[in-house]
Amino acid sequence: MSVETVKPPRFSILSDNERVLGALMLAPAVIFILALVGLPLVISIAFSLSDVTVGDTSLDFVGLENFRRVIRTPQFQRAVVDTVVFTIVALLIILVLANILAVIFTQDFHGKWLARILVILPWATPIALGTLGWLWLLDSKFSPIDYVLVQIGLLGPDTLLGPGLHLNYLGREFLAMGSVILVHVWRLTPLSAVILLAGLTSIDQELIDQAQVDGASGLRTHLQIKLPLITPIMAIASLFGFILIFTDLVVVFVLTRGGPIYYTQVLSMWSYNKGLEGGALAEGAAIALFFAPVLLVAAVLILRTVRRIEVN
Amino acid sequence: MARARIRRAGLYTAVVAFCFFFAAPFLWMIITAFKTDRDLYRAQNNPFFFNEPPTLDNLDFLFFNTNYLGFIRNSLFVGAVVVIITLLLAVPAGYSLARLAGRWGERASIGMFLIYLVPPILLFIPLFRIVVALHLNNSLWSLVVTYPTITIPFSTWLLAGFFGSIPRDLEEAAMVDGYSRFSAFVRVVLPLSVSGIIAVIVFTFTLTLHEFIYALTFVTASAQRTISVGVPVELIRGDVFFWQSLMAAAVIVAIPVGIVYSLFLSRLVAGLTMGAVKG
Repeated sequence: MSVETVKPPRFSILSDNERVLGALMLAPAVIFILALVGLPLVISIAFSLSDVTVGDTSLDFVGLENFRRVIRTPQFQRAVVDTVVFTIVALLIILVLANILAVIFTQDFHGKWLARILVILPWATPIALGTLGWLWLLDSKFSPIDYVLVQIGLLGPDTLLGPGLHLNYLGREFLAMGSVILVHVWRLTPLSAVILLAGLTSIDQELIDQAQVDGASGLRTHLQIKLPLITPIMAIASLFGFILIFTDLVVVFVLTRGGPIYYTQVLSMWSYNKGLEGGALAEGAAIALFFAPVLLVAAVLILRTVRRIEVN
Repeated sequence: MARARIRRAGLYTAVVAFCFFFAAPFLWMIITAFKTDRDLYRAQNNPFFFNEPPTLDNLDFLFFNTNYLGFIRNSLFVGAVVVIITLLLAVPAGYSLARLAGRWGERASIGMFLIYLVPPILLFIPLFRIVVALHLNNSLWSLVVTYPTITIPFSTWLLAGFFGSIPRDLEEAAMVDGYSRFSAFVRVVLPLSVSGIIAVIVFTFTLTLHEFIYALTFVTASAQRTISVGVPVELIRGDVFFWQSLMAAAVIVAIPVGIVYSLFLSRLVAGLTMGAVKG
């Protein structure tokens, strides 16, 4: 009873204190982020509208000149095409493979713990080091893939893949592009698969049992019942994959540096080449800013998907 | 019966195929690491076997003739300091968003997550100028200062979800017993959050280990390189690739990180799906 009478005043003081406490606890993180994410974003935009270089760091306003100049270069045009192609093709392959992998992991089988570790390795490994393994696997002279192809009679004189003993994966336009996509698929399929797996295991088992009683096959249950239910989760997995591939520098940096010529050039690599190696800070910043609108759309899509999940 | 058996066979075939695809590069790294030059660089040799006895010379070279141990030390140092900074800032921020920020707390924690998605490639040029202005270029401290921009948003958002899943009654009971909100947080909520905080430590550490662009840009002195840049950039000298040592360098880091990571995976997944799915 006495608690009842004490409660009202105490509660209002408490909630005031709590608001102050909440602000105090949040402030350090927010200040840090404003200083080292917010400020750099502003600087980045200022750079892109100026003529700043490493040699001459004074900012003179030049309007959209950097963007105009950047768009005209063939390297940039190729970088836009490659970035989009790599992202879309890799993402489609990842979604198909991740679905299969996730379904496999809903089953019981011997050695599942080991399979789990092996499958997650590509995602857990620092991407630069994993890509280094592929650089050696795809070597122009010592690729073991070439060796296998020669042994089974697909590569070499008078065979399907041509007279040479080496395909030179990273030295030819389409093979190099395929190699970049392959490494993205290798690295990101595990992540998408575990996200989808979490979605699949959360589905109410009764729904699935019901479908099977009604005579639906395994594949049909998957396509018509499970997939629609995990669509939001799949959307999130896709958006993560999208952002990670779209903005990635490492795979191209380690594997091809944008080559041969500039056939695997991507936006991030070109921004790095221009902005740091070339010292043209303004143009480098302008190239990187081409990411911004696309990322903004991705962010909005993520927010909307999350809202849809909350409503359900 | 026969159908079930075919299904099993199909399942195991698929499992083996996937495991092979994902693990093959690591297998290839391990085989390579122990090969002699003469074995490795003879095109007639079957690359999957040891045509000559395996050797430890490459590991010896890696540890005693390169800066590899220095790279590891640098990565551990940066990782440890960033973990501490991240915990100091993200734990209170996460709690604030989960409990004290009221209705906009949830929106704000999603905002945190979106900040985590701002890619380093968008910020590395201006951050490079800031690092130079602070006279931190070529120092590991440049990474200590910039990595929390990635780890704090991510950890705050993960922790906000975690704190939010702890029943409110527990703190309220403690507060009725006379604890202040803050001491209820420290004495009641934190001890219950140990597993979440360990997960945050693991992910913060691996994020710093993975990061490439800032490490490549801000630190150019070989002695100050971290593992993810040091190995691919410094150990490749001109056109002479020390493949065996390179592969050893990669796999020595990859396997332990992979195993630890897989232990904490379910926590990450629960986070990534925004709690829509309880992993």
